[in-house]
Amino acid sequence: MNTPTTTAGHKATPAWKEWILTTDHKRIGILYLFGSMAAFGVAGLMALIIRLEQTQLGMQFVSSGTQYNNILYFHGAVMILAFLIPGLTGFAANYFLPLMIGARDVAFPRINAFSVWLFYFAIILALLGFVVPDAPDIMWTGYPPYSITTSANTSMYVFTVHLLGFSSILGAVNFLVTVIYMRAPGMGWNQLNVFVWTTVAAFVLQLIFIPVLAAAVTLLLFDKYLGTSFYDPSAGGDVLLYQNLFWFYSHPAVYVIFLPAVGILFEIIATMSKNRVFNYKAAVYVGIWGTVGIAGIVWVHHLYISGMPDWIRLGHMVTTLLISVPVGILTLSLWGTLYKGAITYNTAMMYAASCLYLLLLGGLTGIPLAIPSMTLHLSETSYVHAHFHFIMALFSAFALFGGIYYWFPKMTGRYADGPVATVSFWLNFIGVNVTFWPLFIIGKEGMPRRYWDYAMFKDVRVMGYSFEDFHLLSTIGAFTIAVGMLLQTYNFIQSAFAGKPAPTNPWKSKSLEWTHTVSPPGPGNFGDTDVVVDEDWTPYEYNKG
Amino acid sequence: MRKLLSAMTALAGGLMLSTQALAQEIRNPAAEWEELWDEVIIDITVIGVIMAVAAIWMLIKFRATGPDQVGTAKKLTAAQSISYVLIPASIFMADDFYLAANGWTVWNAYRRVPENAMEIKVTAYQWYFEFEYPDGTIADGSDFSAIKVPVGQPTVFRMTSEDVIHSFGLPYYRVKEDIMPGRITYVWINPIEAQTEAVLQCAEFCGEYHSQMANPIHVVPQAEFDTWLAEKAAEG
Repeated sequence: MNTPTTTAGHKATPAWKEWILTTDHKRIGILYLFGSMAAFGVAGLMALIIRLEQTQLGMQFVSSGTQYNNILYFHGAVMILAFLIPGLTGFAANYFLPLMIGARDVAFPRINAFSVWLFYFAIILALLGFVVPDAPDIMWTGYPPYSITTSANTSMYVFTVHLLGFSSILGAVNFLVTVIYMRAPGMGWNQLNVFVWTTVAAFVLQLIFIPVLAAAVTLLLFDKYLGTSFYDPSAGGDVLLYQNLFWFYSHPAVYVIFLPAVGILFEIIATMSKNRVFNYKAAVYVGIWGTVGIAGIVWVHHLYISGMPDWIRLGHMVTTLLISVPVGILTLSLWGTLYKGAITYNTAMMYAASCLYLLLLGGLTGIPLAIPSMTLHLSETSYVHAHFHFIMALFSAFALFGGIYYWFPKMTGRYADGPVATVSFWLNFIGVNVTFWPLFIIGKEGMPRRYWDYAMFKDVRVMGYSFEDFHLLSTIGAFTIAVGMLLQTYNFIQSAFAGKPAPTNPWKSKSLEWTHTVSPPGPGNFGDTDVVVDEDWTPYEYNKG
Repeated sequence: MRKLLSAMTALAGGLMLSTQALAQEIRNPAAEWEELWDEVIIDITVIGVIMAVAAIWMLIKFRATGPDQVGTAKKLTAAQSISYVLIPASIFMADDFYLAANGWTVWNAYRRVPENAMEIKVTAYQWYFEFEYPDGTIADGSDFSAIKVPVGQPTVFRMTSEDVIHSFGLPYYRVKEDIMPGRITYVWINPIEAQTEAVLQCAEFCGEYHSQMANPIHVVPQAEFDTWLAEKAAEG
């Protein structure tokens, strides 16, 4: 009898089965991390093809405009739906939220396992969508009538959204119940980590707005395959209904990504500065919840050039500009947390510091886009493309990578810091600037998004350079990021097995995931004693003064 | 006294003149766009530089000197907490409303079409534009040839689509508006000077040849425009 047995005498479950059938929130978090990083890798490759194709006039790397559109669709849909959202609300929230509130698991562990399964089904479906002969070519926005009249497979898109939406709704309910009912005894609302608050806010947004997206894409499915006419004006439908429904979800979705990224940033900066969060209550109640409050009344800024009535375009100009109030308060709290801190530098803190720059750049370049008259020209140009990459994609991805470095010792018991980490950070940081600054510049001169060719600009010169020169620079930047990301991936894998061993609380944090668990935490997280916190405990109390 | 009276008369006269001028003035949205752009860029650069300098200063100044050092920021009092919300929020809102007001002014330039504007009907197809002039002449843009407009003649484009959503993007005149089936949208331009650089391009994703859907828009002297239109009419 060589079969390994547990102490109870049952056959031990093989490791792969233990992972697939796991209901442990930490393992589920790691599964989300693998899935979202895989999605990031594939969608990143697509980005390189897009950059290569745009480098020169004419068609060089893709075989047809449709193939280019397939790649563009895949890049956008997968980066947002399968990398950013699951990376932040799947991986980071799953692994660390229960630890931060002193819970032994989430409220419904099996539903949590089902959520991650749905996520994997969705990724597989999205990947299959790329190998079928009629791959979707409808951009991640899927606007009708194009998505209905195209010969491509819109249903792949719709079902991917359904699966991910279902997964997110289950996750949202699960985590809201967990935070409301399973906090450690003694832990009041004003003692929560900022990351916990941002995650709660993100899940509230998911719960409110996902059903709208699900309805919008389902009507798309009916229109295309069942012959209904919800979006067909020739039969009494409305061509703009979809755009309104879609952005009613998809603008809040930006905050589903942005807020947890800000939360991670607060954790890293407060810990590395050994400082209390500046004006915590303002950050939470004005910053985070103000953003949630305003999230649902700004979507028309995605429709500034869609022929909406003038009064609603101007109304949404005001609400959109007012986003600067909650986001400004969050920014002040981030800045204030550095003030009179005792800052130590490591890879996590370098990512966090670069996020402050990305937040400023991405946030401020959004102000012209809040003004409809400005947007009449800037909309659908590479200016918009650069803006949302800086604020949504790069800011959030850098916060996530910073978070991985920050929590790496917790997940593996080893550091991921070192020369490779530093080099890959600088390659990534320089790379994103070289990639997206040129797009701001030619975008302002009219370079449209979603073009594989731009022959109409062949004689235009900006500061003495042609559009091709700017695109070339951007492509060089993209490949710099690619090298940085490959190095970083190698570094994560290498460090997980052979990194320098780390103590239980290497950053001397006051947060529960560091002070009350071993690294990595075992089943049930906290050993035999339940976590109880004092009335005056907070995760940021470094200096009792 | 006489001086004062004459000054008042002059002022009143000036006011009346300027009101009349306002009523007849034909604005130039593209130029106003550039002015607003410069203003907004200055605005966000000032905010960005202040915040960036503050961050860099703190990141350097507050480095830890020992492994056990902790931050020394004091807990805010309730009054400080509230002030740190209300004061910045007021500043942000003041800037927001200032920009909104200026943006609104420019918006009106874009949306109020002058009464003497020439109307060109635009129909968009996958993947070309078609232009119908006031005399019924149709200029088919499917060969991507130049479309002409007389210089000094404000021109409004009334647009609809026969298939999917397209967009009338004209970067030279800093304007863009979607073209949709079942709806009519418009943009207008004020072609003060002759030029042969402007290119109309489709700016809303519309499929395989989206990036090829374009027509130059040339602004030419009236005589040249008339000849061109007559040629187009003859082509029928």
